[in-house]
Amino acid sequence: MKSLIPIAVVLAILAAVPFAVHSNVTLNFLVVALMIALVGQGWNILGGYGGQYSFGHAAFFGTGAYVTAILQMRYGINAWVGFAAGISAAAALGAILGVLTFRSGLRGSYFALVTLAFAEVLRIIASVAPITGAGVGTLIKLDLGIRTFQFQSRAVFYWIILALVGVSLVTTQLIERSRFGVWLVAVRENEDAAKALGVDANKVKLMAMVISAAITAAAGCFYAQYFLFVDSGIAYGTWISVQALLTPIIGGVGTVFGPLVGALIVKSLGEAAKLVAGDAPGLDLIIYGAVLVLVIWFAPRGLIGGLAHARMLLTRHDVPATSSTQEARHG
Amino acid sequence: MLSSAILIPAVLNGLLIGAIYALVALGLTLIYGVLHIINFAHGALLSAALFAAFFSFRLLGLDPYVAVFLLAPIFFVIGYALQRFIIGPASHGDDRNMLLVTLGIAVVVENALLYLFRADTRTIDVPYAFQTIDAGWTFLAIPRVVGFFAAFAVALALWFLMTFTDIGRAIRAVAKEKLGAQLAGIDVGHVYAVTFGLGTACVAIAACLLIPTYYVNPHVGDAFVLVAFTIVVLGGMGSVPGALIGALLVGVVESLSGLFLGESLGQIGIFLIFIVVLLVRPSGLFGARA
Repeated sequence: MKSLIPIAVVLAILAAVPFAVHSNVTLNFLVVALMIALVGQGWNILGGYGGQYSFGHAAFFGTGAYVTAILQMRYGINAWVGFAAGISAAAALGAILGVLTFRSGLRGSYFALVTLAFAEVLRIIASVAPITGAGVGTLIKLDLGIRTFQFQSRAVFYWIILALVGVSLVTTQLIERSRFGVWLVAVRENEDAAKALGVDANKVKLMAMVISAAITAAAGCFYAQYFLFVDSGIAYGTWISVQALLTPIIGGVGTVFGPLVGALIVKSLGEAAKLVAGDAPGLDLIIYGAVLVLVIWFAPRGLIGGLAHARMLLTRHDVPATSSTQEARHG
Repeated sequence: MLSSAILIPAVLNGLLIGAIYALVALGLTLIYGVLHIINFAHGALLSAALFAAFFSFRLLGLDPYVAVFLLAPIFFVIGYALQRFIIGPASHGDDRNMLLVTLGIAVVVENALLYLFRADTRTIDVPYAFQTIDAGWTFLAIPRVVGFFAAFAVALALWFLMTFTDIGRAIRAVAKEKLGAQLAGIDVGHVYAVTFGLGTACVAIAACLLIPTYYVNPHVGDAFVLVAFTIVVLGGMGSVPGALIGALLVGVVESLSGLFLGESLGQIGIFLIFIVVLLVRPSGLFGARA
């Protein structure tokens, strides 16, 4: 349990922020950053530890958001139940997608392509299907209260998303230290060798996919409750798929704190861009795309991975290999 | 319902649009065949090429069929430079990094277009846009017919290049056995970049053939590239005949499902083919290996 101490310290520090900061703008910034961190943490389990690079994690984010919103508005179901249902629905989607893709042996380019296509199919369906509100989207009626999962105070939302991020950090840490985590990394580094040693690669990847989908969906459900609006471009758009992989890659792929660090950097960059050039459409994504290329180019281990590597070079202690240290070849 | 007076024109139009798809898919399959990665920037580059064709008409007064002789070389150079100076060095020889870099480039290009030109949809007016020829059973739009034959001319030229020239032999050697080609003195970095340039030039040609009857906006390439992904997967990644036949097939399917299901759901038909083929036969109809 010693390994959980850093997480507890980070969470305690972050939990104290609303007592020191009363600005709604700052809190809003942190809420969105933590939400992105949660999306990234979901991607990190499958992509960072498992080496399966999904280009369509919006599929899970959007499913979580839509299920939460639709259950409340169309079926009058309690918001908390809707939240849980959103996570479960996305986990089930992850399981289906995982069974189909891994059983067909889709890896590397193909896996990225099929995830991207799934997200795109869902986006097109959501933009025409009546149940999602088609092009108009789904609005959740403003009705403040604990029962409806709507709060006047940003601080409450902040603590909720922080708690979700906390759960994802602990989950990731536990996975990293578990037998399952070791299998997952083995599959990432060399799937055929892992199979030869008796690892059931498909099952391991499938489990990672389900956990990954559930975590990313939690962020989607939170999005619906926080902004009270979902449409197909938000739920299944490229912006969320890109941020899902960008945050762990900046922070450190396959590290516990990578997505959190990456999300704070990504959000800060986006805000800085707005300050410099105004709120122009596309500007934040231009920067995200450029940062993605630059980080892979000059800091392929990400911030945390890079620091760990530097420490290893200085002290010659072992650090867990990150995916970029291995030249993984996929056919 | 199934009267041949509706069906035959739909099939013919599907074949014509399929030829343009073939050009986009050809670029994608060429890059996959040699570099073994899917170029996620393909769609964004198509959007950029459509904008280039649009502005050469509006600002320089160049007819798209003239502009193609200017834009194809320019996009060849752009593709060459992208691979040689950005994708290659940035990805450190790792396939997963290469995918991410092409995705990053796609996001930058697409949103730069959005930032510069906004989300407005634009079209050009050429005198021959609505002229048709009588094909016996039906009338066919002239730009579509031109596109059809031009696409096959380009495919033929590519085949000639790959079969009879030194660079073509070098490309085929690298595609088959990278290390062996390197040992034989082939500059693999150069071959990769030439391949990427050729793929990007295909996109520029497709853009010039499309612009007379099509529109342009920053996201227009996305629709095409998903269609192109489908074609390439259907025909088998890296297979040139597969891309051609797959493209014609997809063009017809799109045209027919548009006829029966309506415009917005017509695209879904393609994606379903795509997902089913990926799951059932990832090697495609003509691919040898998975």
